[in-house]
Amino acid sequence: MSSILIIVFLPLLAAIVAGLGNKKLGFVPSKVITTGALFISCALSWPIFLSFLNGSAEATVVPVLQWVRSGDLDFAWALRVDTLTAVMLVVITSVSALVHLYSWGYMSEEPDQPRFFAYLSLFTFAMLMLVTADNLVQMFFGWEGVGLASYLLIGFWFRKPSANAAAMKAFVVNRVGDLGFMMGIFGTFLVFGTVSIPEILHAAPGMAGSTIGFLGHRFDTMTVLCILLFIGAMGKSAQLGLHTWLPDAMEGPTPVSALIHAATMVTAGVFMVCRLSPMFEASPTALAFVTFVGAATCFFAATVGTTQTDIKRVIAYSTCSQLGYMFFAAGVGAYGAAMFHLFTHAFFKALLFLGAGSVIHAMHHEQDMRYYGGLRKHIPLTYWAMMAGTLAITGVGIVDVAGFAGFYSKDAILEAAYAKGTELSHFAFFMGIFAALLTSFYSWRLVFLTFYGKPRWEQSKHIQHAVHDAHGHGHDDHAHDHAHAADHAHDDHHGHDAHGDGTAGYHPHESPLNMLAPLGILSVGAIAAGFVFHHAFVSEGTGEFWKGALVFNEHLLHAMHSVPDWVKWAPFAVMATGFLIAFYAYIRNPKFPAAFVEQFGFLYRFLLNKWYFDELYHFIFIKPAMWLGRVFWKVGDVGIIDRFGPNGAAWVVAKGSRAAVKLQSGYLYSYALVMLVGLVGAISWVIAR
Amino acid sequence: MTGLPILSLMMLAPLLGAVACLKAGREQARTIALAATLVDFVLGLMLWANFDVGGAQWQFTERYAVFSGFSWALGIDGIALLLIVLTVFLMPICIGASWNAIEKRAGEYYAAFLVMETLMIGVFTAQDLFLFYIMFEAGLIPMYLIIGIWGGADRIYASYKFFLYTLLGSVLMLIAMFWMVNQAGTTDIPTLMAYNFPVKAQTWLFLAFFASFAVKMPMWPVHTWLPDAHVQAPTAGSVILAGVLLKMGGYGFIRFSLPMFPEASAQFAPLVWGLSMAAVVITSLIALVQHDIKKLIAYSSVAHMAIVTIGLFAFNQQGLEGSMIVMLSHGLVAGALFLAVGVIYDRLHTREIDRYGGLAINMPYFALFFLLFTMASIGLPGTSGFVGEFLSLLGVYKASSWVALVCTTGIILGAAYMLYLYRRVVFGVQKNADAAAMPDLDKREWAMMVPLAAVVLWMGVYPESFLAPMRKDIAALDARLAQAAPKGDAQLKVGAAKPVSAEHDAAHGEAH
Repeated sequence: MSSILIIVFLPLLAAIVAGLGNKKLGFVPSKVITTGALFISCALSWPIFLSFLNGSAEATVVPVLQWVRSGDLDFAWALRVDTLTAVMLVVITSVSALVHLYSWGYMSEEPDQPRFFAYLSLFTFAMLMLVTADNLVQMFFGWEGVGLASYLLIGFWFRKPSANAAAMKAFVVNRVGDLGFMMGIFGTFLVFGTVSIPEILHAAPGMAGSTIGFLGHRFDTMTVLCILLFIGAMGKSAQLGLHTWLPDAMEGPTPVSALIHAATMVTAGVFMVCRLSPMFEASPTALAFVTFVGAATCFFAATVGTTQTDIKRVIAYSTCSQLGYMFFAAGVGAYGAAMFHLFTHAFFKALLFLGAGSVIHAMHHEQDMRYYGGLRKHIPLTYWAMMAGTLAITGVGIVDVAGFAGFYSKDAILEAAYAKGTELSHFAFFMGIFAALLTSFYSWRLVFLTFYGKPRWEQSKHIQHAVHDAHGHGHDDHAHDHAHAADHAHDDHHGHDAHGDGTAGYHPHESPLNMLAPLGILSVGAIAAGFVFHHAFVSEGTGEFWKGALVFNEHLLHAMHSVPDWVKWAPFAVMATGFLIAFYAYIRNPKFPAAFVEQFGFLYRFLLNKWYFDELYHFIFIKPAMWLGRVFWKVGDVGIIDRFGPNGAAWVVAKGSRAAVKLQSGYLYSYALVMLVGLVGAISWVIAR
Repeated sequence: MTGLPILSLMMLAPLLGAVACLKAGREQARTIALAATLVDFVLGLMLWANFDVGGAQWQFTERYAVFSGFSWALGIDGIALLLIVLTVFLMPICIGASWNAIEKRAGEYYAAFLVMETLMIGVFTAQDLFLFYIMFEAGLIPMYLIIGIWGGADRIYASYKFFLYTLLGSVLMLIAMFWMVNQAGTTDIPTLMAYNFPVKAQTWLFLAFFASFAVKMPMWPVHTWLPDAHVQAPTAGSVILAGVLLKMGGYGFIRFSLPMFPEASAQFAPLVWGLSMAAVVITSLIALVQHDIKKLIAYSSVAHMAIVTIGLFAFNQQGLEGSMIVMLSHGLVAGALFLAVGVIYDRLHTREIDRYGGLAINMPYFALFFLLFTMASIGLPGTSGFVGEFLSLLGVYKASSWVALVCTTGIILGAAYMLYLYRRVVFGVQKNADAAAMPDLDKREWAMMVPLAAVVLWMGVYPESFLAPMRKDIAALDARLAQAAPKGDAQLKVGAAKPVSAEHDAAHGEAH
């Protein structure tokens, strides 16, 4: 199965050619090379996945190159393909290929296109290295590689201060997680004497119940290792506490949000937990931690998602929340369900982001939903794609009949959480149910605000700008958006509406075919992925599909099928309720939200400000770090070390030489006196000794 | 090959070049210097090619008795080989960096550089204790001159601080050396490396050597000469200071302190760990608030050198090999970063971070190289920075999880200060017209950047080329240290599996 070599390294090659060739190569060649490479990778990935689906393929490892050998530590570059990898391969290459294609249209006015496409392909390469890793260190290579690509793409519009800040924040917050990941690798090597994943997983059950010294205390070995590794997963998958970078990452171009911050990179944490599931199974405490963090994130992010007004931020918080579902699924032992949700989520969330991109494209880079409205008739194809995505994420479907993608995967997770039967898993279940209500609410809120009602475009500075410019010199560079916003701030108050219909005379245009085609394909995925694949991922006999690539708990599966009916119907009920609330608040009685905010101002501000995490972190980490840096520099280095060290020594030498000059008085008696004192001193020292 | 005294030749070539430079004009001098360093580079490659990996410990040995108890004894093992190759690789690049920047007294400048090359190779090849001492101390004199004569505005203060710091340690080390020669009756370094000094004496000997090496390293809190020296030194001076001179401290530890005083090393390991942990956290935080590019990179060097010391004092193979790779990598990466700073300094004549901005627009290829070296500096896997850092930290984790945790925070802080630097210099809008007008890399600068970038990636992807030559020597050192090595804090105890996980295992088993 050496096609894996092509799948993985072709995107790297394309990235290098397009990146170094850059403008000399030209726009079209660089786009053809990168997009072509991805479509080839994608075309080669599906047969691998299908062969695992029909059970004809076996796990293989293709060695590439020796990497590091030091004492008993030995690891190589190698590409591992098993069921888990195969699932990730199709997710990554499919979404990436479609995003490449979509970007032809979305980025068509961008002067830096080769750089953008090179970064996208580089990202894909790193992500593929991550999922094909046969040892923890190569996984870490992919982990950091996607981090680099994410950093570069968030900061793609590097003239914008907010984009730079977001890029840096993403990298540094991820590094906090990486601290855990690295410590986890060190600990794993110490315990197992290897970093090879299959060998570790083989030996992991035997280590259950052992103890280890860590930071001066003794802990359960597997709990320490798993929690350290999971901290890495929390960073990459934006779980509560380390989630703050993800919403800010929306500063990147929208195709990037779809590929990296929805479908692939952020799911790396879930992939890692599933890949290492035998390790986590050896520590109930670590699994409880995973469950709790997942459930808490799922709830937290959903609450924040209900109040955001930026269309991309709503979807970003939604992603964060859905990742929470995946984690608590893993935490209760339903790794298959976690991977299934990862799989379906990749399609419908990429669809929602690309759909949002299409809306933003149509609305002249306006991202604030308060200035949308009534777009259904203007961009109908985008509307239908977004509807498919919304139906999928809210989990629309009839129990035991059929439904959209999210219906199968989310219900499987909720049933597993209930069926697990522990207190914590029931906590996760109820959190998940409540989050499903909120998911339905904010998803429909997004649809209603964007596509229904009357146009509210005339208040948008972007639209005013477009109309003022009167189609003259067209779009400007994205980087100048802020400058324009400032320019137009003065005429904010006379944002008149000559047309009286809220459109300000602006005519949104439907996106070009190269953007609509990916939307269409992903819509098919969002509609059908659950129905087609749920047998393989989460039904009886699934152990044959996974072939030991992750821990498959058949007990839990049986228990899932015998949950009470109310558990099966609860997701449907909350989904319908969320829809009705959104319908009431944004269609029937549009004054309701304002009245609600009036009534519950504190709650609204708390959610709008994302539970004040950013403010808190600024106050307890960033400010003290800067302050400490200045203190260590000005007081420590300059005030103490230099003052009493070299400068002090110099002062002593200078003073001393001046004193020595005085001593050389030329008078014999003073020399004699000094000699005498010295002699007495020396003799008394000898005697006293 | 065997008959050729290649090590002596490598020291002779730059020396002859230096003599020729003294009398030559600017243009001739730089050509002579480049030729001499390239000859040495070729000799260095021959050295590497002919080095028998897994063969005798000491190779290419030469020995001529000078007078009683002192001889011109040269020879290298894998550890020295790698540091010599690093030196001869960086030297032509340094000459390239000085090509247009040095205008006054150019002949003497290049002579100083070439003499320094001779002495640095001498440090890494010396097999006689006093020969080493002479090379080790004399190596500072050309650097002192380079900073003091061709440096920036505050060059006198910087060079003098540099001198004062190194003086004290050197005196103590010399006294300790006399005592050792007296005790062991030989000045031969390989013999001394196997000599078992009384444990009580080791304590004092260790401290005397430590005083010298800790300053050279530099370790916190005797690091304050480094930022000043870097800031004031000309670009090439910074490159060689970060690239090779800082490695002399690490080399000292690995050649003298650890093998000669293993018990004392173990005894003082907590001290070294403590100072290293302090260095990682404190100097990283200081780097975060710098306004001067060179000062920022200088502080980051101190943090990186702390990773070297914890690796050395981890007392296991991963830690030791990691330290060596960090030294090599830091030599390339910090050298490359100073070179990059030199590129923009030559254009704008300021090191103020705020005077730049938006360089990605007018200098895209510079931005690319600077990004690569920034990423290597913060230890991105696939670059040389990662391999060393990973091995060192992994090594020290075996000894102490606390030390590993505190030092691993360096990956967060390192990312913060380097990306903050990158953001202010390369990203953003072109707020300064003169910075916006700067042209991208010229051919000379490309020629300096490309080899560095290539080796940084090579060492990151296939470090085996660099690990193999020193493997046997590190293993020997590890074996010598084994008796004294402190026990780790992990103390893994395999107990009976708990009932809960047994049930999980059963479920797991059934699923198959």
